[in-house]
Amino acid sequence: MNITREQVEHVARLARLALADEELDALTGEMDAILGYVEKLNNLDTDHIVPTAHAVPMENAFRDDRIGPSLGTEKAVSNAPEAADGCFVVPKVIE
Amino acid sequence: MSLTDLTLHAMQKRLQDKELTSVELTRAFLDRIAAVDGRINAYLTVTGEQALTDAALADRRLAEGRGDALTGIPVALKDIFVTEGVRTTCASRILDNFIPPYDGTAVARLKAQGAVLLGKLNMDEFAMGSSNENSGFGPVRNPWNPDYVPGGSSGGSAACVAARMAAATLGTDTGGSIRQPAAHCGVVGLKPTYGRVSRYGVIAYASSLDQVGPLARDVEDCAMLLQAVAGHDPADATSVDLPVVDYRASLKDGVKGLRIGLPEEYFIEGLDPEVHKAVEQAIASLRALGAEFVQISLPHTDYALACYYLIATAEASSNLARYDGVRFGQRVDRGEGLIDMFMQSRAAGFGPEVKRRIMLGTYALSSGYYDAYYLKAQKVRTLIRQDFLAAFEKVDVLLTPVAPTPAFKLGEKTADPLQMYLSDIFTIPVNLAGTCAMSLPCGLSAEGLPIGLQLIGRPFDEATLLRAGYAFEQAGDWHQRPAPL
Repeated sequence: MNITREQVEHVARLARLALADEELDALTGEMDAILGYVEKLNNLDTDHIVPTAHAVPMENAFRDDRIGPSLGTEKAVSNAPEAADGCFVVPKVIE
Repeated sequence: MSLTDLTLHAMQKRLQDKELTSVELTRAFLDRIAAVDGRINAYLTVTGEQALTDAALADRRLAEGRGDALTGIPVALKDIFVTEGVRTTCASRILDNFIPPYDGTAVARLKAQGAVLLGKLNMDEFAMGSSNENSGFGPVRNPWNPDYVPGGSSGGSAACVAARMAAATLGTDTGGSIRQPAAHCGVVGLKPTYGRVSRYGVIAYASSLDQVGPLARDVEDCAMLLQAVAGHDPADATSVDLPVVDYRASLKDGVKGLRIGLPEEYFIEGLDPEVHKAVEQAIASLRALGAEFVQISLPHTDYALACYYLIATAEASSNLARYDGVRFGQRVDRGEGLIDMFMQSRAAGFGPEVKRRIMLGTYALSSGYYDAYYLKAQKVRTLIRQDFLAAFEKVDVLLTPVAPTPAFKLGEKTADPLQMYLSDIFTIPVNLAGTCAMSLPCGLSAEGLPIGLQLIGRPFDEATLLRAGYAFEQAGDWHQRPAPL
């Protein structure tokens, strides 16, 4: 086994996904198969290989620190499930 | 010949010669959508009224002699491009009600030229899929045969062009999502080099791989769309500040003396015999035009799929963390606190493939597994990229099939995610290497389904790619065959 059902449940919590029992069962099998497949990467010796994060080599992209136009609060909250006074409203965080 | 059968460049000429108005053209496409999209399901949103208003404005602009390359041309966009005031779902239920407050850069550039937006196109949810069956709004059907998939994830974009429901479309390509559906629908699709087109306002899937590109009737149409959207954008820090050449200028220069590489790893067992034959015929055609062929090797090809499914899912798990029921999208709140609200909103809003990839990516990035999976994949990516750079020391362009088979039937591969992923084995390496590639129609199977030819170019050398594609295309008539819809 490349992954157990307990690990899948743990990953679901990390990913903030409330998954049903059937989904967890199915994912355990599917992730196991996919992780088995990607094992083949271990056939390659990569000890001295530099990782590639982006295919095009780039330095940091700097710009002048100038104030430009922005969306504005009204537009920024216009798609919020719940908003009040230009703020996003969320369920109570602190008991 | 109906107006909707014209190529984009033919439409442009008629518009500028005042033989046609954008309003006539736009009406023709809206009629076509009303007549055939019930069978295809390419459009998620049709913005007919706005399109006619914009077409009238374009006609005025043309009458005043202020027309640009795309002024008055009716186009459509994959629903991954945010469009101000027009619902943008990424084919996900979690964004069912999302109305973006701004236009992304590619969209703004099309609008600045006076292109007319017909609507937003179906796709695999969050661009994750190879068949368009992962849409939260029902699958797209292949215009060549409705029992078959159009490919994915830009399946709506490809089917839309094949069914003549827009002059051309924009899609995105993370592992083949422009090229594979273009191949399956018999249209031309171009994935530009990573960094060539801004992704500002394109909903992110895997940020180190995603790239915007055109799907169109022919190579010249692709060149015109690329011209409109390519170039540096300060709003996308990964867009590259290199000059954009005139892509149509060298289009007709031919392929005499062009060195084309044939990577042996792409002509393997498991390659459908009909696809193999069509690609061999394309090679013969290009050879007759004066191109020189060289056998080459991309030795790490076999590792690309595994590498991709770690990198893409890891990046997706991070990008999709933003869908939490707070700032936009669907919220499910059972009154059991913030974390529960996150978990319920995401569980209800995402489809199975999106959940699968978030899970895989979260695992690959999680404590104790990062080095073994994500970092390992990034190192293998270096090897894959080096394969391509070494090949381009010897040749100007690479030639391969786009997909190992023609389109498959709806439902045929949905039970086994890994089987589905394998339909992208010839397109994924290009995204990992970050270079440019295009898909061109090069044949039809016995069942009457299109077959695609892939040409791969040097980083930022889209001009050579388009020139080779144009030479191949004009030597035959595959691009002119209409889907029997």
